[in-house]
Amino acid sequence: MESLTNRKRVVSDKPMTFLEKLYLPAIWGGMFITLKHIFKKNHTIKYPEEQRVFAPVYRGMHVLKRDEEGRENCTACGLCAVACPAEAITMVAEERKKGEELLYREEKYASSYEINMLRCIFCGLCEEACPKEAVFLTDRIVPTEFDRNDFIYDKSVLVEPINDRIDITKRQNTGKRGVI
Amino acid sequence: MDTALLIEKLVLVVVLFLVSLGIAAYSTYFERKLAAWIQDRVGPDRAGPFGILQPIADGVKMFMKEDFTPKNADRWLFILGPGIAMFTALITSSIVPWGTDLYLFGRTIVLQVADFNIGILFVFGTISIGVYGIMIGGWASNNKYSLYGAIRASSQMISYELAMGISAITIIMMSGSLGLTDIVKSQHGMNWNIFYQPVCFLVFFICALAETNRAPFDLPECESELIGGYHTEYSSMKLGLFLFAEYVSMFVSAAIISILFFGGYNFPGMDHFSGNTLALLSVLVFFAKIFFFIFVIMWIRWTIPRFRFDQLMHLGWKVLIPIAIINLMLTGIVIAFHEGWFLN
Repeated sequence: MESLTNRKRVVSDKPMTFLEKLYLPAIWGGMFITLKHIFKKNHTIKYPEEQRVFAPVYRGMHVLKRDEEGRENCTACGLCAVACPAEAITMVAEERKKGEELLYREEKYASSYEINMLRCIFCGLCEEACPKEAVFLTDRIVPTEFDRNDFIYDKSVLVEPINDRIDITKRQNTGKRGVI
Repeated sequence: MDTALLIEKLVLVVVLFLVSLGIAAYSTYFERKLAAWIQDRVGPDRAGPFGILQPIADGVKMFMKEDFTPKNADRWLFILGPGIAMFTALITSSIVPWGTDLYLFGRTIVLQVADFNIGILFVFGTISIGVYGIMIGGWASNNKYSLYGAIRASSQMISYELAMGISAITIIMMSGSLGLTDIVKSQHGMNWNIFYQPVCFLVFFICALAETNRAPFDLPECESELIGGYHTEYSSMKLGLFLFAEYVSMFVSAAIISILFFGGYNFPGMDHFSGNTLALLSVLVFFAKIFFFIFVIMWIRWTIPRFRFDQLMHLGWKVLIPIAIINLMLTGIVIAFHEGWFLN
């Protein structure tokens, strides 16, 4: 059969020649290879000082977006939780009261929104499911913790601060609500 | 014995002790660095600039760890094992001639702690006792992996000591003396044994790797199959002593290899110097040779995979010993020819 790649090698069990039986040429060959590697450039990225450049579509820690006026986009519809294959998202919905119009964009909002970062597989399906452009994955890395409970992120971590917006323009091309 | 000689030797002993430990400590650092370079990595670089304080950090870590003795272990033998390993590794360096004579305070100082006339025998003696450290440590741990490691270590060392001894006899025949000083002096200048006995060097070098439990002969340790082998149950500084003893014996065996085959402190053009300059230069040259061999031993470790146990025994008994014996007989015939045995 014709081989699909040019890497095919026919295995043979022919007896070794005297030179091969000595093993020493092979060992010297191997040592020459390792010697060459000593002078090669290493590929280590020294993390805290240097950071790897992420791809534009990198999927890291989530953010719950606010709109231009600083109101939370999320309406606690639950589509992200349904879409989540790891069942990492839980939320509690609540009705917006009078006087809260500046806090929440629509009549319903999530009083509690939690993502378990240990369950999350960063697939981005929540982002795709979201009809209100509320949840996005960002290029931020989830920091390490010592306690499992610290990995359950609630709204205090997830919702972006009004004065310190998280840039998600690279992922904003969903076309659902135009560009913010 | 006069007091000055005693002081002189004591100073030499202390300096040697510190140098051996220092080199062993930095061998661990260099081993990790070399491994990293060979694998296109950076290696330890966090403790101090380029990570040069790493050995100190490792030492502090070793001392801070819990010193645990297993419940069913033989307590005294458990302590004795690493002690013997370290002691035998360190004491071998006492007979190594480090350089030509030094002239200080109107005295001739010999850079050698003890010039035994049976130097090479002493080396083999201490190496053989070194097996006891591993054997006792592995036995006292009362653990199957430790015992496996210990048994492998002892059988490996006994097997390879034969070929090593025979190749050493070849060198003894060349120089006509068992003392390391005489062996070094017979290789004056560039008259090194390696040019006369390359096969013997190869056998000796392979055996030295096996004797110091270095890869590809590190079967007694075998991280992947014996979980550390004879030091599975060891922790804290007892483990540190075992690991350290390996590096000290690597240093000493590099010294012995350079003495037997690469002229020790001899270097080409050494007749142009004299007195203390020659002494300092010779020490530097000797250490350069030692560092080169330490590098080669580490380089081999990160190149060649570990032997299987039957391959190890096959190589030791069926390959190296016959080669060493044939080489010994050929050398004997050539020497006899030179002495004029066959002429009349």
